[in-house]
Amino acid sequence: MRDIKTSIQDFGWPRIIIFIFLIVLFILAPIVGVRLDASISDVLNRFGQYAILVLALVPMIQSGCGLNFGLALGIVAGLLGSTLSLQFEWRGFMGFFGAIALSLPFSIIFGYIYGKLLNKVKGEEMTIGMYVGLSFVMIMCIMWLVLPYSNPQMVWGFAGKGLRTTISTEGYWFKILNNFLAVKIGQFFVFPTGLLLFVAICCYLVWLFMRSRTGTAMTAVGSNPDFARASGVNADKMRTISVIMSTFLGAVGIIVYEQSFGFIQLYTAPNPMVFPAIAAILIGGASVNKASMVNVVIGTFLFQGLLTMTPSVINSILQTDMSEVIRMIVSNGIILYALTRKAKVTK
Amino acid sequence: MGQTGPLLSLKNISKDFYGNVVLQNVGFDLHEGEILGLVGENGAGKTTLMSILFGMPVIAETGGFTGTIELNGQEMHFASPFDALDAGLGMVHQEFSLIPGFTTTENIVLNRESMKPSILNDAFGDRMSTLDRPEMKTRAVGAIKKLGVKLDPDMLVSEMPVGHKQFTEIAREISRKNTKILILDEPTAVLTESEALILLDSLKKLAREGVGIIFISHRLREVAQIADQIVVLRDGVAVKNVPAAGVTIKDIASWMVGRSISGEAGPREESRALEEEIFSVEHLWVDMPGESVRDVGFSVNKGEIFGIGGLAGQGKLGIPNGIMGLYPAGGTVHLEGKEISLNNPAAALKAGMSFVSEDRRGVGLLLDESLEWNIAFTAIQIHGQYLKPVLGGLFTQRDSKAMEGLCKEYIQLLDIKCTGTKQKAKELSGGNQQKICLAKAFAMKPNVLFVSEPTRGIDVGAKKLVIDTLKKYNREYGTTIIMISSELEELRSICDRIAIIDEGKIAGILPPSADVAEFGILMAGATDSPSKTKRQSAAEEAPRA
Repeated sequence: MRDIKTSIQDFGWPRIIIFIFLIVLFILAPIVGVRLDASISDVLNRFGQYAILVLALVPMIQSGCGLNFGLALGIVAGLLGSTLSLQFEWRGFMGFFGAIALSLPFSIIFGYIYGKLLNKVKGEEMTIGMYVGLSFVMIMCIMWLVLPYSNPQMVWGFAGKGLRTTISTEGYWFKILNNFLAVKIGQFFVFPTGLLLFVAICCYLVWLFMRSRTGTAMTAVGSNPDFARASGVNADKMRTISVIMSTFLGAVGIIVYEQSFGFIQLYTAPNPMVFPAIAAILIGGASVNKASMVNVVIGTFLFQGLLTMTPSVINSILQTDMSEVIRMIVSNGIILYALTRKAKVTK
Repeated sequence: MGQTGPLLSLKNISKDFYGNVVLQNVGFDLHEGEILGLVGENGAGKTTLMSILFGMPVIAETGGFTGTIELNGQEMHFASPFDALDAGLGMVHQEFSLIPGFTTTENIVLNRESMKPSILNDAFGDRMSTLDRPEMKTRAVGAIKKLGVKLDPDMLVSEMPVGHKQFTEIAREISRKNTKILILDEPTAVLTESEALILLDSLKKLAREGVGIIFISHRLREVAQIADQIVVLRDGVAVKNVPAAGVTIKDIASWMVGRSISGEAGPREESRALEEEIFSVEHLWVDMPGESVRDVGFSVNKGEIFGIGGLAGQGKLGIPNGIMGLYPAGGTVHLEGKEISLNNPAAALKAGMSFVSEDRRGVGLLLDESLEWNIAFTAIQIHGQYLKPVLGGLFTQRDSKAMEGLCKEYIQLLDIKCTGTKQKAKELSGGNQQKICLAKAFAMKPNVLFVSEPTRGIDVGAKKLVIDTLKKYNREYGTTIIMISSELEELRSICDRIAIIDEGKIAGILPPSADVAEFGILMAGATDSPSKTKRQSAAEEAPRA
């Protein structure tokens, strides 16, 4: 009995309740005429799309920088990488991994500057980070127009310059991971093997890093910076490394998202990507200074599951098409819930 | 007014904080125009006594006190500091409670400003009165004059030197019409010598005008200089209550420090012949807030246990923190002939020094992590131990097994009470947490180990264990230990030599067998010579009082 009780406590009641709610939605789905296999496929797909963006939050949480509200910086680095990859007309795996490789130098530069800034505003990282993200996205709005991209697929047709708001990855590296070793069962169910495999590899690499000497030092900095300093660890350096990692993972995350979603979204599009990632990791049970791979996986699954299932089921029940509205309500509602829970889990 | 009876009389004051007795049957009288010097070591109960006298809410919150306070023969019950103020008590705290952006005048008459009625009074009542600034200034100048010092009534507090701030505080207290008793808690701690002299003169002047003064200080020379009556508190008991006439600094010092002057502090080690110098410090300064070190030099021999003592705030804690690179420091430090670069914790650790911090929960432990992490972390980071290579040495990973082994070894060795190596450090008791901190330092296999306040906040049994462990490591592994502690008896029971720090400098180095009174004199800053005062000069100093 006690074992069950403690394991429930470890897992956390909020997660159990959301999990039960999700199961209820899955049971309801066939009753109201939503195909179950398509839904599950959808959930898996969205899980893979978002998981690395959620994973990107882990290093900064561990190093004590809090939730990375400035994740948009990493997303912009990823957008730069993917648009450059398209500009060079790289296709297939070459295009996908090329995009990641091209985003790496941008991630390092952005992350380094962002990290230096966060070291100067200790204790206020989350607020400052959010405004860094917002203002940087705005600067990039100008840059997307003036940067000398020339691929006709990407620029405005009438002017011949300036990037479009959405650029299709079709013909380049659309669904390159999703279709890798994908298992198709029936007409509606596709198991995105390559995508989930890639997510698993990324999680494994981050987990490995966290167990290394540097990763251990990073965790200690987040747990008690004074202790780390007394043990000869350069706390500011660790924090900067964590910010660079977070920014790079954000870049990888958005590239994975683009290949699955099919479009590169520019201009203000990075902004609404940040909050869902934060909500997901909080729902997964992470606190502002502790996060694990389990938090990432569970959180992304629950959040995306809810986000996929609720609108389609409710739509079918109400016989209207207001899925986007419901999606907004559910997603922001969960974010609100997750952020209120944040206070409870901090020390 | 009661010319005959005492102005203030404390009778049988006792107080405990959750069973921990801090005051026991303390009582004394204060007469009009008398200066009473209240002395005692840190933690002797001075502050608690004054809190009781002043009706501080913290006393009532922790279960009140027993005994009576009589003012002019009448028993008083102060529910809050405001009652005490109304009854004619004034208090000058160790920390300034002034408003920096206000002038001297405004601070002195704060909340008791002179008012001029304005036309708005008819509609809104007295709250709409305006300030009568000329009148306020007159009152402030009056108070300053009564104090007998030079203060500009229009100067902003933020622009004043510290001495003037202190005078402003006192002026504020005596500007109250009915202030009959003035309590000063360490008023000279922040003053320069000349400022302190002016302050002492003005206190004497106030006393002549009939104000009763309680003067709390650990500068025994000042106490001996101005007090009429001296009360010595030790471990919550008023051990002495004597007229100041004929009392020497040495007497006060031994009353204050000595558990007993005959020195029955347990068996002491024979003095050992340790010749080879391993560690030396020259002209060390450390900028540690509240514990700044000004100019310290000493050398330690291989295998020695070197003690550093002194009162709080004099800089003894700054020494290890500065050497280990935790606070900005300067000077030269040599370990085994090699110079150690300061302001770099990693370099200090790599050189073979290790530090058990006095701030156990703040600096010493990762409270949210497992015991394994706490013990192995520094060794992982500095020596690259407890890591195993992965993928043919491409990169390394934490070696959980080795960490667990190390942790188990120390749990057994130091008898740490815990549920297992995975338990979080915050769940342990204070004594066991201290042992974890020691284990962390031992795991580094240091040549020189700094231990700062190793027994602070832990119970008696654990204290003994910690001290014994230190001694064992010293004897068995030849680890040189530099131990910093506020508890003199503890230092005397284990150290080969003890340096006493006063005002950021070494006041003297004594063998543990030296008379307690000599330690007391060094601690109380009764000597004038800046450093390296030997026993003889300490002894010469005494008759001057």
